[in-house]
Amino acid sequence: MRWILVGIIAICNTLGDVLNTAGMKRQGEVEDLRPQTLAWMVRRAVVNPYVIAGIAAMAVSFFALLSLLSIANVSFAVPATAASYLLETLLAKYILGEDVRTRRWAAATLVAIGVVLLQF
Amino acid sequence: MNANGNRKTQLLVLIVVVSNVIGNVSLSHGMHQVGRIVSASPLDYIKAFANPWTAVGICILTIWMLSDLALLSRADLSFVLPVTASGYVFVALFGKFLLHDHISWERWIGILLITGGVILAEETPSRTTKGPPEHLL
Repeated sequence: MRWILVGIIAICNTLGDVLNTAGMKRQGEVEDLRPQTLAWMVRRAVVNPYVIAGIAAMAVSFFALLSLLSIANVSFAVPATAASYLLETLLAKYILGEDVRTRRWAAATLVAIGVVLLQF
Repeated sequence: MNANGNRKTQLLVLIVVVSNVIGNVSLSHGMHQVGRIVSASPLDYIKAFANPWTAVGICILTIWMLSDLALLSRADLSFVLPVTASGYVFVALFGKFLLHDHISWERWIGILLITGGVILAEETPSRTTKGPPEHLL
């Protein structure tokens, strides 16, 4: 059960981040944090199919995390979290077309290793 | 991106990191008080939300979700991911200096590696794409 939850968390988190990024890039940049700007962002996001799918994926991941936290220590989700840093960077490059070069690969790799080491 | 635009992106990064850390700490504390749930029944989750720590955690994580979406409208996912990992460092240092947790040498190395990753990513431009993605998504 634990490992199934870890798998669901990793996959849904990755899907959620990639879909949200694709959707939010289509909406245009949020220029400030005034309430009316955020309300405008939310109004557009709730009819944006990418963001709807992204948030649905994150909601599934969130409920799986709640279940996992109630039966296991947070550290149980760590391998999935670490792997998703590298997987999401890969998808950002090849699906979202971001310019991922040595520095960003190094950054994602350092974070992934660091996240694992934090559990000791 | 100009200096002003960069400052806005940095401010959003800060809000995303702080709301994520506080929201998750609060949620985790609440769920430990609630006890075990592995259930598909919405009722069990609604009961969990009645716990004040869980409720506050969810409110703060809503702020995190909105600020994260705003940040992703301005910056690359491959920039946001390593940069917001600074939250891990804050949680560890919070534990060390406020709760007097012991930090093993492995954890110190982890903190250093994540800090290095955050600095490396911060040195790249926050956005490398123009307009909506032209690839598959």
